[in-house]
Amino acid sequence: MSEKVREVKMGGPRGRMLGPRPKLKDPGAIVKRLLKLVLQHYSLNLVLVFICTIVAALANVRGTLFLRTLIDDYITPLAETAANGGTPDFAPLLSAIGFIAVIYVIGAAASFLNQVLMVFVGQGTMRNIRKMMFSHMQTLPISYFDTHSHGDIMSMYTNDVDTLRQTIGMAMPQLLNSLVSVTATFVSMLMLDVPLTVLSCVMVFLTMVLSTRLAKVSSRYYVAQQSDLGSLNGYIEEHLSGQKVVKVFCREEACISEFRERNDRLRDSANRGNRYANMLGPITMQMGNVSFAVVAVAGAALSINGFTGLTIGTLVSFMTLNKSFNMPISQISTQFNSIIMSLAGADRIFRLMDEKPETDEGYVTLVNSREGEDGECRECPEHTGHWAWKHPHQSDGTVSYVPLAGKVTLDDVDFGYTDDRMVLHNIKMYAKPGQKIAFVGSTGAGKTTITNLINRFYDIQDGKIRYDDININKIKKADLRRSLGIVLQDTHLFRGTVMDNIRFGKLDATDEECIAAARLANADGFIRRLPQGYDTLLSHDGGNLSQGQRQLLAIARAAVADPPVLILDEATSSIDTHTERLVQEGMDRIMSGRTTFVIAHRLSTVKNSDCIMVLENGRIIERGTHDELIAGKGRYYQLYTGNAIAS
Amino acid sequence: MIRTILSQVKQYALASVVTPLWMIGEMIMEMLIPIMMANIIDRGISAGDMSAVMKYGFCMILMAALGLLCGVMGAVFGARASTGLACNLRDAMYLNIQKFSFSNIDKYSTAGLVTRMTTDVTNVQNAYQMVLRICFRAPVTLVTALFMAFSINARLSSVFLVAVAVLAVALLLIMSRTIGLFQMGFRKYDDLNEEVEEDVTAIRTVKAFVREEYVNNSFKRAADNIYSLFVKAELGLAFNAPIMMICIYGCILSLSWMGAKMIVSDELTTGQLTSLFSYVLSIMMSLMMLSMIFVMITMSLASARRVSEIINEEPSMKDPEDPVTVVKDGSVDFEKVSFAYQKGSGNNVLSDVSFHADSGESIGIIGPTGSSKSSLVALISRLYDVTEGSVKVGGTDVRDYSMKALRSRVSVVLQNNVLFSGTVLENLRWGNPGATEEECREACRIACADEFIDKMEDGYETHIEQGGTNVSGGQRQRLCIARALVGKPAVLILDDSTSAVDTATDQKIREGFSQRIPGTTTFIIAQRLSSVKNCDRIMLLEEGRISDIGSHDELMERCAVYREIYESQTAGSGDFDIV
Repeated sequence: MSEKVREVKMGGPRGRMLGPRPKLKDPGAIVKRLLKLVLQHYSLNLVLVFICTIVAALANVRGTLFLRTLIDDYITPLAETAANGGTPDFAPLLSAIGFIAVIYVIGAAASFLNQVLMVFVGQGTMRNIRKMMFSHMQTLPISYFDTHSHGDIMSMYTNDVDTLRQTIGMAMPQLLNSLVSVTATFVSMLMLDVPLTVLSCVMVFLTMVLSTRLAKVSSRYYVAQQSDLGSLNGYIEEHLSGQKVVKVFCREEACISEFRERNDRLRDSANRGNRYANMLGPITMQMGNVSFAVVAVAGAALSINGFTGLTIGTLVSFMTLNKSFNMPISQISTQFNSIIMSLAGADRIFRLMDEKPETDEGYVTLVNSREGEDGECRECPEHTGHWAWKHPHQSDGTVSYVPLAGKVTLDDVDFGYTDDRMVLHNIKMYAKPGQKIAFVGSTGAGKTTITNLINRFYDIQDGKIRYDDININKIKKADLRRSLGIVLQDTHLFRGTVMDNIRFGKLDATDEECIAAARLANADGFIRRLPQGYDTLLSHDGGNLSQGQRQLLAIARAAVADPPVLILDEATSSIDTHTERLVQEGMDRIMSGRTTFVIAHRLSTVKNSDCIMVLENGRIIERGTHDELIAGKGRYYQLYTGNAIAS
Repeated sequence: MIRTILSQVKQYALASVVTPLWMIGEMIMEMLIPIMMANIIDRGISAGDMSAVMKYGFCMILMAALGLLCGVMGAVFGARASTGLACNLRDAMYLNIQKFSFSNIDKYSTAGLVTRMTTDVTNVQNAYQMVLRICFRAPVTLVTALFMAFSINARLSSVFLVAVAVLAVALLLIMSRTIGLFQMGFRKYDDLNEEVEEDVTAIRTVKAFVREEYVNNSFKRAADNIYSLFVKAELGLAFNAPIMMICIYGCILSLSWMGAKMIVSDELTTGQLTSLFSYVLSIMMSLMMLSMIFVMITMSLASARRVSEIINEEPSMKDPEDPVTVVKDGSVDFEKVSFAYQKGSGNNVLSDVSFHADSGESIGIIGPTGSSKSSLVALISRLYDVTEGSVKVGGTDVRDYSMKALRSRVSVVLQNNVLFSGTVLENLRWGNPGATEEECREACRIACADEFIDKMEDGYETHIEQGGTNVSGGQRQRLCIARALVGKPAVLILDDSTSAVDTATDQKIREGFSQRIPGTTTFIIAQRLSSVKNCDRIMLLEEGRISDIGSHDELMERCAVYREIYESQTAGSGDFDIV
């Protein structure tokens, strides 16, 4: 069936850049990889499961055999003894029952152990896969998150991982169980009569052909169902996160009808998928009955006419075996769909895990430093407030230390999110240590993009960016980013207390340090007015905190990190100017002697900068201090005077 | 809870009723077929009667065909009923969410709602299908088999009753233990979902602070929580199978022992004992099925509860009985208004606010961060209900309007505004679905959005990505303003909506308001005094109270705080923003 399965389309992510939906290719490889994952941690469990399954199956077979011997070997002789006037001796029967009771208990224990083990295997593997996915996702470049719908990523962690449980926890053990009993039955059948075994196998083969065909039809609809589910998921996620806007514009009805369209589509594909999957059971079961009748007729014809050595007694036994031969086959076939569904899920999971992580070929690291007696910069373990770049030289194996100063240079940098559309052209910039550099310009001019390049969220197409004269490509990304504090315009708070959110900037900060940072950011006042002060729990979108309050928290977070270089990207846009001034004074104090990049459209924010860059359409068109730019009577001056005239 | 779920069956009631009927038909065939099998063997093969073999064989194939028909029909209707129910459940949830007020919305996270509408509904769907297709069948089998057993030998069959009773008690015990665990487990799913959502949306912050490891650990905790809860719950369920096996085996063994004695004392025949054994198997199979359903239901009960929670969530705000549908004019009155996000918490964010705004007046609102500026304007379009006092628009209490009438005349540009995926034009028409393209263009001209839209390759047909990520912050804000203007509102509220727009454009937008829509009452919340300086009146909010209200000149004269803000923004050699 593998050929056809390859053609099955699956409900892949509706990522914006993914184009046509990917197909489920090479299910064999997916199964292998999945098995490897399970075996990695649970090989011992699986061995035990295997043993338990066999023990349970054998106990079951032994139990069934007992019922046959019970009457012939025990009850009938006993009854005869009694009928002949003798005293029946029940002791052998009692011991036989005792013996079989032991067998039963062993069987029950084995199947219990089996279940218990599978709980650990199933849930454990799910947990491991989730963790693997998440740690891997952490290493992916920003562009991955730009191009994949959040709802879709979320659904991988729940829906797709959950479908694995079905396969690992149920389908696999059942397959194993069925395999054991099919093999045992098959061997017994062969020993009884070869031609009838062949006939039984032919019937089973027909059943398999029919059921795989049906499974293929239903899996096609299942895959459609997963993709419709994805589309519905995406719609719900987008519109529920914007639900307040929906309310404000009274768009409820329009949303409902758009939702219904997707909802109905999902119902239809789910209906079809389920319909054909449901048919599998009855079809395989009735095929089993047909097989029974056919084999019976054929066997009777053979034995009654005496063509082969088949005796009537053997045929009777064979018929029982035929029945138990068909049963597991029909059980297996009902598992097809869940297996296909979970393979589709596994494929999506593996595709996430195969995404290329951010490349980090950097080898220069950031270390705490202390100035030695000879004036040389040395590495030291404790926090000194001084940092240095540890620069190993591959050519001669020596290590040199460059004190971190905060000098940032951009040399003829070109950048575009895609290769065919550049958004920044020929950016040249020179920030001396301790300077405050500002970017102004109309929205969309490329201000934020420049800072995204300095911390290597994106890699440049052309030119060079140097940090303390080291090409930033040589610096380990984590260290580069650690040396840059960033406050973004869109503040993101995390679930947890206010204190936790501030401490996010420096994980080992004491409460006092966090509070000091909050004071500096002028956030202390409003935090103390919150119901539980610093221990107030925040939801992930910040709950009822105003935009301005969230920005103050974000600044406090950056302040506690105490970074050598700070980037403020519209960090104070929602804060009233009075508070902003207080915040700025505080920040200026801790950033004295350190480099600060400021992005703002509010000119008061940038006025006292050492150098102001005016950006337009991805180019720096003017640069200089406020006074120089005013004197230059260029774009900056125009903004200034245009504003002045308008007032 | 179950009633809530079942009330959504609606048009699939017929399919829901028919499914178990077909399944019972299939079951009858299933019970008859073994008789045929026995006949083939006993009367055909053992008797060496070829014609009997042919006859019963043919009958059996016929029955198989009938069984197949019933099974297939059961499959068709079962699928239709369960997927239909799922569809209705999602529909009912979404419908009710659309009725949610802002405070209802604040209660649930988006991630949680998404899980409920997908994962949870799927669980309910599967359980429902299981119930329809097996639930009726299994008890019928059970009862029939028990009946047959009793008709053979009542004394011996009482063993079954003991076993069934033991099993029932055991299953109930297991259920009561595990259901709570599953419930907790699914709540942990929300946590996991939120963990992922948080990371994905805040990835820039995470990476900028090099906190991958930190977030990773907190995700691991969430994953471990799920693991430990579900392991506990499933371990509880693992007792199911052995308990059942012990009951069945116990039955078989006691039947063997007691049966043997009875046969010896001639109270039972060997053939009857054999039949009793075969009924043990039927009873076993049906109990096995019941316990499977039982597991499914246990697992899905937690989901069903979460689903019905949304369907039954009472929207905290409702249209009045006899709503006013016409907003007379754009005048706004606040009368002794107090407001707290949580009623009765005493944590008022607004206290004793009273003012009157004439139709067509422009009111600027300033105040320090956290002084409840946004909360104040949210009351005008009744996004929240006041705790005390009343808010009137056009002379009528906002609670007397139909929400649709009120909100289509009072347009709010929220601080945290979003655009939706779709073209520019589609986004604009959110403000008024019937707006012509020209009306949309006019709105864009007022909002100064026309300049950049015209520069876009596809103009008004340009596709906006989810959340508006492909336009800049300032462009997004101008689009949001234009969207609000398309509805030609009587009252327009801008909640810090031009913070990312440069000052000159900001100025132009405000001029547009006063020239092109002079009859519209406007409320402008801003950080920059320059944004509100030219308003007819300016309201100064401090800690949820109006500390002063008046024109710029009046406030400059009498209000020290205002003067201080003004001076702070113009201090030094004069600031761009203010001069």
